[in-house]
This record gives sequence, C-alpha cells and structure tokens, in this order.
Amino acid sequence: MWTGTRTTSPGETREAGALFVATLPPGTVAALHGELGSGKTTFVKGMAAGLGLEDQVSSPTFALIHEYGAPALLYHIDCYRERSLVRWQSLGLSEYFDGQARTVVEWAEIIATLLPDNAVHVYFTHGEREDERQIEVRV
Amino acid sequence: MIVLGLESSCDDTAAAIVIDGRLCSNEVITQMEHSRYGGVVPELASRLHEQKILPAVRRSLELANVSLDQLSGLAVTVGPGLAGALMVGLNFAKGLAQARGIPLVCINHMEGHLWSNFLERPLQDDDCPFICLLVSGGHTQLWRVDRMGSYRLLGSSLDDAAGEAFDKGARLLELGYPGGPAIDKAAQSGDPTFVEFPRPLAGSAGCDFSFSGLKTALYYQLRRMDPATIASRRQDLAASYQQAVVDCLMDRLRKAVELTGMTRVCVAGGVAANSLLRERLDTWAAADHLVVSYPPQQFCTDNAAMIAMAGHFRLMQGERSPLSAEIKPNLRMDQLATN
Repeated sequence: MWTGTRTTSPGETREAGALFVATLPPGTVAALHGELGSGKTTFVKGMAAGLGLEDQVSSPTFALIHEYGAPALLYHIDCYRERSLVRWQSLGLSEYFDGQARTVVEWAEIIATLLPDNAVHVYFTHGEREDERQIEVRV
Repeated sequence: MIVLGLESSCDDTAAAIVIDGRLCSNEVITQMEHSRYGGVVPELASRLHEQKILPAVRRSLELANVSLDQLSGLAVTVGPGLAGALMVGLNFAKGLAQARGIPLVCINHMEGHLWSNFLERPLQDDDCPFICLLVSGGHTQLWRVDRMGSYRLLGSSLDDAAGEAFDKGARLLELGYPGGPAIDKAAQSGDPTFVEFPRPLAGSAGCDFSFSGLKTALYYQLRRMDPATIASRRQDLAASYQQAVVDCLMDRLRKAVELTGMTRVCVAGGVAANSLLRERLDTWAAADHLVVSYPPQQFCTDNAAMIAMAGHFRLMQGERSPLSAEIKPNLRMDQLATN
C-alpha cells in the first residue's frame, strides 16, 4: 500500500493520486479528509488518470456524486454540502460501495459511520509554505 | 399542447405546466429549506423526492387549472444528476405515460437551463446562433448554440464551478449559506480593490475556467490576517473575491465571443442571479453592441418550467422517448437524452 507523500504543486498531488489508486483494489472505498483547498479534488484527478479514465474530473460538491467511465469505474462522492446521513442512505450510498468500482469520498468524516470497515483513509494538510501539501494514508 | 415537466436531478423536486409554449404553473419543493450547516439536521432534510413529487405535480396541475386527462405530453429530466434522484422523476413519468397513454420525452437538464432564457419571451428565429454561459453550483461551461439541439462545448471549469467558489468562499468568510447570495449581499458595501485575488486562466488561449486556486488564495489570505481585521474587513474581502470570480467569467465570455464572432449571449444557471455579473453583462452589452440575456431571478436555479419548455419544443418536433428510457447521471449537454 502507498503510504503518502509531501507535494509542492498540483501536478505532484495528481501524480500522488495516480500512485495511490494503483494500490487500491477494485471495490474499495478511499475516504479523503482535509480542509478546503488542501488538494483532495486534485488528488482524485490523479486517481482517475491512474485508472486510465479520460472523463473530466471536477468537484462534485454540488452534484454530490460524479460517475467516471461507462460503466462507472470510479465514483467520486463529496459530502461537504450534505450532512444528513439519512439523505446519504436514501441516495443509495451502500450500492455505490458494494460494487466492483472504486469509490473516493471527499469530506468522508461526515459519513464516517456509513463507510465500510476496510475503507482506506487519506489525510490532507496544508504545509508551512503555500504550495505545500502533506498527504498521509492510514488504513 | 399541454406539457407537464418534471425535474428531480439534485436537491429540488419540481413540476410545471406549459400550454402551447406558455408557462402556466411552476412548482418547486426544495430538499432542504434550512441552512445546510446547522448542527441538528431537521426532519425536513430526510424527506425524499418521492414524497414530494406527487404534491408538486398536483399543485402544478391545480395552478394551471388542468386535469391529468388533458395532458398531451410529459417531459422529464434524465440527466445529468444523481442516479437515485433522477430515477424518482423518470419512474413517475413512465408510470403516468403508461397509465394514461401520454407521449413521453426525456430532457437533458443542461439543455433545460438554456430554455430558462425563453420562458417569459418565446424563442425567435433570429435568437440563434448564440453563446451560452451555463454557470451554477455544479457547472461552469461555455457552449456555442447553433440552434436548439445543436451544441458545441467551447470550454468548462477544470475544477470547481463558479457557484461552488462563491459557496466555499462564503464558508471561509463565515458569511453563511447559501454562499452566492451571502457574498453578493456582503459585497454591496465592500471595496473590491481591497485584495487583488488571482484571476486563474484569465487571458489564456481557450475558454476554460479554474476556480480552485482562487478559493485557496482566499484561504491563505485569511490565514495571514488576524481575526479582528477579518471581522472589520469582511465586506471588503467578499467584494474583492466576488470581483475576481466575475472577472474570470467575463474574461472567458469575451474570449468566446471573440473566437466565434457571435453577437448574442445567453447566461443561465444559479450564478446568473449574481447582481455584479448582471451589471457587468449589461455594461458589456451596451458597450460592445451585443444582445445579452439572462433569466428572471426565479428561473436561474433548478426548476421544472425550463424542462416543460424544452419538452414542448422537442414534442412539437415529433420527438418521443420509449418507456424503456433510462437515467443518464453523467449526461453532457451535447449528448442526446433519448437513445
């Protein structure tokens, strides 16, 4: 398992996402944690690229869920805007988690109790310098 | 022709009636009528589209003074959006179409937004071609519209949508939710020159947008300031931030006009309600002799009126969707809603 890195540009954060997804088995959920602007969506761009997906990856904050690939190979979920666990359940979250596609969840702490036990947690923090990000994996 | 439009792609459940191309009713039931960042989530938030779709349809029929038997067409959003939410609208429409033998037509939500510009005045022959800026919480895209149904993507956001930039900016500035109107309001009395935020991709060759870096710039700006100064300069920060977002939108829009040589521009989506953007569009239209339109405030956000109008247009052209139609969660505007 890829364990994390320190990046100093969005390009490096994307590369980290590609390296990470290569170690993430199909059907696994990656739970991302970190403040606004800490590189989560950029990291997901790298994950999609690492899976060979050509879909344009953008933030699903408003849409809540983006699907990449047809059939979907990567589900991109963002909990930032929707804090009701009931609503997440009603959207069929478990069905996304149960399939063979990989799922990546931004602001995953909001749905902590709904995440599968084997979810891989990735933590993002801003560094001292403005372009610096610390990315750390904890299983 | 009497068309019932149904929209349930994201948060809101909506129904509307269009009779012979004229909007007669427009009902929207929002998913959450509370502030979304409160501690305890009210019971309201747990309600589902399926509990709202019937009341929405009933009310839209009542207000238009129409009965189910009189419907001659059904228009429903099939994408883009949330699979679970889209399914509620489509299944309801299919059931009604089957039970009452009413023709069904599937509508692309993005195309629906285009029609929000032609709800209060009908589409004229010389309205096309035009440039459309679709700008909302979920999308920021520039389209070339040669005619309704024929679209070419000129550019889109590489990361966050403009509405999301407003929303997250408002969160960082502790201005509350929804962020767009909150920043708009705070900015009214602020100094837009207080901070020179970056204008990502402004002046670049294509028509793409990027707002993620702007959000991060605000984060660092606030990290450098002490809480007391932030509190006293909150309006100035909001005005500076709003100025940067709107500058980016205007820069890309100008670029699109320059590249295509078009003289007509339509703006649609939730961010089209922003007062600075509207002001800048008006000034630009007057100075450059362009015809620029944006929808009335109530049609900027998701609604079924635009879906019903798109449906009216497509049904009039003889288009029908089969009862085997499926939802398309990642549909693009230039892809067909019906296969």
